[in-house]
Amino acid sequence: MGVRLVLTTHGVHTSCNALKLIAVVNECQNTFFRAFCLNMRLPGTVAIVTSDGRMIVGTLKGFDQTINLILDESHERVFSSTQGVEQVVLGLYIVRGDNVAVIGEIDDETDSALDLGNIRAEPLNSVVH
Amino acid sequence: MILLSLSYSKQYHLRELFYSFFKSLVGKDVVVELKNDLSICGTLHSVDQYLNIKLTDISVTDPEKYPHMLSVKNCFIRGSVVRYVQLPADEVDTQLLQDAARKEAMQQKQ
Repeated sequence: MGVRLVLTTHGVHTSCNALKLIAVVNECQNTFFRAFCLNMRLPGTVAIVTSDGRMIVGTLKGFDQTINLILDESHERVFSSTQGVEQVVLGLYIVRGDNVAVIGEIDDETDSALDLGNIRAEPLNSVVH
Repeated sequence: MILLSLSYSKQYHLRELFYSFFKSLVGKDVVVELKNDLSICGTLHSVDQYLNIKLTDISVTDPEKYPHMLSVKNCFIRGSVVRYVQLPADEVDTQLLQDAARKEAMQQKQ
């Protein structure tokens, strides 16, 4: 298939042709979730809250019914109570659905008005089942 | 409410019961408390068979502690991370819901 996948704990890095992978994943069978994304006008900027309390912002390129996600141009926003928000560039990510807690649709205007350097907050908690 | 009682009694699965229940609450304002202690207030837009919830026009209950979602207006919440869904008391007939749930639980046991 020409895809080489390297599995990590929180996501999947791929070195394959991004467009090919996106096309494959876009055969969405979960109509509800598809409705969510279509409402959002794919591609849209989303903020993903993961089950371990991280926040990843990126462009949602694809998804499936188990909420596995493909995020392009993603970066992690690390919140700290001592310094401002740190943005760690991640690139093209696949996030497995098990680890997704919340998918938020980012309003680009509000987001660019945010002064990330001045936000102080504790990192989010992990999801405890 | 009569329509609801008919649909409640036709459910074969307890999960279906709550799916119908949430469908009847679409458009209402709810507060979803997640298992990571984040509380999100918003209008219930839709729900699915896994009880994934989509909220529109959201606001975090404690924005000082959780500024993480400041630029988010709509969100999709995975059903498995919901701890509580706080509902307006006057929108829910608790007696009806309790009876329907009890009936389903009995049927499930058999």
